[in-house]
Amino acid sequence: MSESQIVLEAKGVTKQFPGVLANDNVDFDLRKGEIHALLGENGAGKSTLMNLIYGLHHPDKGEVFVNGNHVAIHSPNDSIAAGIGMVHQHFMLIPVFTVAENVMLGDETTKRGSLDHLAVAAKITEISKQYGLDVDPNALVGPLPVGIQQRVEIVKTLYRNAEIVILDEPTAVLTPQEAEDLFRIMRDLTARGVSIIFITHKLKEVLAVADRITVMRAGRVINTVKPSETDSAQLANMMVGRQVILTVDKKDHEAAEEILKVEGLTVRDQRNLETVHNVSFTVRGGEVLGIAGVQGNGQTELSEALTGLRSPISGKVTISGKDLTGKPPRIITEAGLAHIPEDRQRHGLVLSYTVADNMALCDYYQIPFSVRGVIQPKALDENSRKLISAYDVRTPSPFVNAGKLSGGNQQKVIVARELSRNNVKLVVANQPTRGLDVGSIEYIHSEIIKMRDRGVAVLLISAELDEIMALSDRIAVMYRGQIVAIVDSKKTTREQLGLWMAGAHVEPA
Amino acid sequence: MDFKRFGFITLIIIVLFSVVVMVGQAKQPPLLIITSMLATTIAVATPLTLGALSGVFCERAGVVNIGIEGMMLSAAFFGWLGGIYMFQIYDMEAGISIALGVIFAILTGGLMALLHAVLSITFKVDQIIGGTVINILAVGLTGFLNRQLFFGKGSVFGGSVPSSPGVLPTIHIPIKELFSSVCGASTACLENVQAINRVFDQKPIALGAILLVFFSHYVLFNTRWGLRTRAVGEHPQAADTVGINVVKMRYANVIIGGMFAGLAGAYFTIESVPSFEPLLTNGRGFISLAAMIFGNWTPIGAWAAALVFGASQAMLINMQIFRDVIPPQWSFLQESYIVGLTPYILTMFILTGIIGKTTPPAADGVPYEK
Repeated sequence: MSESQIVLEAKGVTKQFPGVLANDNVDFDLRKGEIHALLGENGAGKSTLMNLIYGLHHPDKGEVFVNGNHVAIHSPNDSIAAGIGMVHQHFMLIPVFTVAENVMLGDETTKRGSLDHLAVAAKITEISKQYGLDVDPNALVGPLPVGIQQRVEIVKTLYRNAEIVILDEPTAVLTPQEAEDLFRIMRDLTARGVSIIFITHKLKEVLAVADRITVMRAGRVINTVKPSETDSAQLANMMVGRQVILTVDKKDHEAAEEILKVEGLTVRDQRNLETVHNVSFTVRGGEVLGIAGVQGNGQTELSEALTGLRSPISGKVTISGKDLTGKPPRIITEAGLAHIPEDRQRHGLVLSYTVADNMALCDYYQIPFSVRGVIQPKALDENSRKLISAYDVRTPSPFVNAGKLSGGNQQKVIVARELSRNNVKLVVANQPTRGLDVGSIEYIHSEIIKMRDRGVAVLLISAELDEIMALSDRIAVMYRGQIVAIVDSKKTTREQLGLWMAGAHVEPA
Repeated sequence: MDFKRFGFITLIIIVLFSVVVMVGQAKQPPLLIITSMLATTIAVATPLTLGALSGVFCERAGVVNIGIEGMMLSAAFFGWLGGIYMFQIYDMEAGISIALGVIFAILTGGLMALLHAVLSITFKVDQIIGGTVINILAVGLTGFLNRQLFFGKGSVFGGSVPSSPGVLPTIHIPIKELFSSVCGASTACLENVQAINRVFDQKPIALGAILLVFFSHYVLFNTRWGLRTRAVGEHPQAADTVGINVVKMRYANVIIGGMFAGLAGAYFTIESVPSFEPLLTNGRGFISLAAMIFGNWTPIGAWAAALVFGASQAMLINMQIFRDVIPPQWSFLQESYIVGLTPYILTMFILTGIIGKTTPPAADGVPYEK
């Protein structure tokens, strides 16, 4: 991309949230027809910067220029008028509306007071033809696959004649194939003069599609580089501010006896839909079985059924030969389960309890924490101090409420509590690093591998294919409630897994 | 609205009508019974229909409104009181006083709704508690003012209730006149046409409510206002990101809903009978809510459900007329309290969700925070 005209420029943007300086004197510019990636950890200030540009928040200081003209952006209306469109990480679509209704919302075409669906549909068809987006204006949005919903979001911005499109973590919910599709669409858009800001924390994607990369950390811009002049390691260092080991170091897999055995497990979710369908697999001591799959394919219900949070309809779950099907969580925990739940704030911690209390949630009723039904504060205190230093939890004191800690430290509290117990035979880790920064991810990965090397069976459920590939000895792919393939992680590829995740019925190689 | 639901509604109405026809045919011809039942059904369904529309507007915009009962009650009181003031104190003509009374009622509903909006949208008070506040406030306020103004020593009207300007007149729809020529000389035919005409001869609020049902349906599903209203009730963040002012849309719809409830209140004291008594709404605001839910938050569905409740009330009224001809094996129908339970039993039955589940707007009851 040559040095073309600057279409968007933010100068000296500062935004203070209670307790956090989210943006500190940030400068950012976007050239016509380029893909400018904004890279950074969670909480680095990427989303804040974009929300300021889009008008969802207001900067304390700083100015925004579009095509060289200063614009005052007070609400999304102003930014839309200036030709800025944003595709949010969590789609801003109304599931019970049609594509056309979603697209026109806020910018409706009417004919004598009635909504003019035909005119809107025609315009959508025209846009989708022009940019190869392929969306049906009359389809209801709810049942559409996420990849298509994302296209609807892009159509929404183009419908409003956006020339600058902000994509906030657009690949987080996509399969690798869908992500490839998105990159193609992004290139089509830039070829037609649209400029794109691409927010992400995935290094590979940035190197693959971006024309320029700006790295943010702790509210500041660290540097802007070209992909040809950098690599993953350098970008990671800029993001985290220190040397990061991107690959997980693990020894060869030593097979041991079978620990977890799941046979014909069928589970229904709260809407009474069968989301796990006749699933069978085993996990042996000293191995990590990774369950890959796009979110919402039954992983949540599977892990709930294994950990006693939900009763299966049929099937059998045994740990070291002991039948634990449908048993309450305490019985399963006492049989040797360590559970790192998917939603750390809802199922992993009591946010209004102290770190010390949270660290004893599994065995508070046992000696030494409890003597004849009375809690022993001293034992809780000692236990928490020991774990805080052993697991490197950054907390001002053991008596701070868990809700006050950062996401990474909250997760470390859970990991410390679960993995430090002495009878652990099986670890079920569901999305253990979701939303965490690179440093915490690195730490939690190493703890999981430590457990595996001690001969514990590990079931790792994750929507991040990289995580699955890095940690697992074997990989199972879940699609629509079924395990469609189980393979040795050394004998498969990202592409192959991606196809299975998308539902392609290919026999394991 | 699905066919199952409409089928169920039709079935219940047919059953209720059949019971009355079977009992009453000893005294009156079936056509006469059916038409008078229909006329009563439409009339007594009026406050339920308007109450349900009130709920539809509030909840489609994402604000739960259990305060419809209180809005109706206070509107009934202040509408009636306003009419009396205009008539007695300001010496206005009866007709104008009645019309102003209706406007007072609508404004009262709107004001009560404004209070609900302030509590639930601006201060993000739990919306169930906000609605309960409205209901308690309405009972206390109307009961207290009723006593202070009309009863006891030193009250404004000196211990007696002055005569009110009266009630809204019936609007005659000239079906009889248009179709009587078809009958020729047959008096039986003429009587039938006259009986049918009775169904359509309703008072203005009753007729207006039916028009409002279809108008509301059009507004909600075919206009920009409706699309935006539904958007803020389903996914306020999404609406916000395309530049829709969520708070304004919610305020406006809650107040519009309150005005519907106000008009329902006017039905009681300005259209039905020209008097007020404490607690006269008698749970109809809550039955409206059941109608709204059973109608799956759509105006036409809610209206159909309101008609079911109307029919059960019409049955109660007609059973009184035919009390003396109730066959001995059905003697339990002589007890009006048993028949009177029908709407409430229906409400419970319908809300169990046996007739298929309904889906509220996704953000119903959730305060919007950026």
